[in-house]
Amino acid sequence: MSESRLRISKIDEVTQVEFIDRNILDEANIQAISDEISGLIDTTSTPQILINFANVDHLSSAALGALITINNKTNEKDGTLRLANIDPQIYEVFVITRLNKLFNIHETLNDAMTQFNATTN
Amino acid sequence: MGDPSTSIPGSESVQLVNDRDQINELIDRILKLAVDAGLKDAALFAVRLAIEEAITNAFVHGHEGLDTNLPVTVEFKVSDGDLQIAIEDQGPGFTPEALPDPTLTENLSKPFGRGVMLMKAYMTEVAFNSQGNRVKMRYLVS
Repeated sequence: MSESRLRISKIDEVTQVEFIDRNILDEANIQAISDEISGLIDTTSTPQILINFANVDHLSSAALGALITINNKTNEKDGTLRLANIDPQIYEVFVITRLNKLFNIHETLNDAMTQFNATTN
Repeated sequence: MGDPSTSIPGSESVQLVNDRDQINELIDRILKLAVDAGLKDAALFAVRLAIEEAITNAFVHGHEGLDTNLPVTVEFKVSDGDLQIAIEDQGPGFTPEALPDPTLTENLSKPFGRGVMLMKAYMTEVAFNSQGNRVKMRYLVS
């Protein structure tokens, strides 16, 4: 198995996922990332996933596709996916594709965690 | 920009195989030329994204079902505030006009079909040849 491209930690019921790479462009890496997060969703009854984009400078449409697949899988299990810390240039990609309407996007990790806590309490 | 099926006058042409290190090396080289030609941060982000999408399309969709060792041809020319690039695969081509609009509400949760729209959104000009196996793009600093 290849080395993980993610840092994963658990805070309360929320699984935080952070990308190690600055560029999420490589097809093989994107597939590996998608498979790893999908595995986390599969092993959780109601997945609460927070993806931290703090390190990310570039992503491709294939990476957007992987995020959509992760979002769809999370929704199928009545879970919630939130995205945070997205660089303004990358956020613009979400706006152009209208994916800012599909995803729960937060400026900071704290904002996202507050929303998780508000919906679970 | 002219006919998308014709070569970019004065351009450099490279045969590129589907190898991440070679792709990164070529894109880094083009971006360095772009920096020297006066393209700034937002322009570099745009150009990088569009080239990545075009190269991915060429290998993943253009060469689907073909020999994985087949190269694509990348032509590029960078001059003052003007970057032109063409990417041509050896596949049968596709009809870009037939692509569904990924921004429609019913398509938002489909995990594919955004590459060409991003290329068009970020570059000044994007045109495909009639066969649909060659895309020519231009970024002009306004």
